[in-house]
Amino acid sequence: MVPTNYYLILSAILFGLGIIAFVFKRNIIAIFMAIELMLNAVNLAFVAFSQSLGKVDGEVFVLFVIVVAAAEAAVGLGIIIMTARTRRTLNVERADLLKL
Amino acid sequence: MSAALVIFFALAALAVIGAISLILQREPIHSALSLIVVMVALAGLFLLMGAEFVAAVQIIVYGGAIMVLFVFVIMLLNAGEEERTNFSKLASYAGIPFALVVTGFIAAAIVHSSSALPAAMPKGTLTDTRTLSTLLFSDFVYPFELTSFLILVAILGAIVLAQREN
Repeated sequence: MVPTNYYLILSAILFGLGIIAFVFKRNIIAIFMAIELMLNAVNLAFVAFSQSLGKVDGEVFVLFVIVVAAAEAAVGLGIIIMTARTRRTLNVERADLLKL
Repeated sequence: MSAALVIFFALAALAVIGAISLILQREPIHSALSLIVVMVALAGLFLLMGAEFVAAVQIIVYGGAIMVLFVFVIMLLNAGEEERTNFSKLASYAGIPFALVVTGFIAAAIVHSSSALPAAMPKGTLTDTRTLSTLLFSDFVYPFELTSFLILVAILGAIVLAQREN
């Protein structure tokens, strides 16, 4: 069987790549995808711990995380559509003023 | 090297390559397709760990619903190639070191505390979906009801945000 550590280290690597994407991407949709990547990395750690400890609780947490991610995607993409309509850009560095 | 380990490394490599591709692609639609690769690879890893229901939900909800929403918004907004601006000097200097420090910190904590974890998983334990659902509707029934409320609020919020003002 695969040691639990391998899953956790893969989870850490994916989380780090998510942070890099979050910091370096300029497109607001790509930044949103970076957040989804980090949530996925955390889900992997949850399932790894759940299997390692022999408890199902971790998998229930993953289901909740997926539900929250879906709700977040719906609201976040609504905000993105509104921002793109009012500012005519998807670049976060051009959307730096509260006033339009 | 056992078969499970080979599958793990193949799927892990696929996930990491997909994540790196997400960062390097300039077009948002290509980033979205890379993210789908990561999610499918993670679903394979869940299946490898024996979490069959979570793997199915990962494919259906993440790979299906959420990514379709992303692709739909990308097409709706006609998002083209990413514009390279460099207004923030701090982000360009501190970004990669910060990410490396966080990743290294997490990995060091994992390696440091690895003796506390049980060494290996019991062989061939597939999580029973019946057990999962029993737990979800007994111990976690209040959080479950709260998530339905959360989704209701999210639907209302999305409708209010996305409607065109007249």
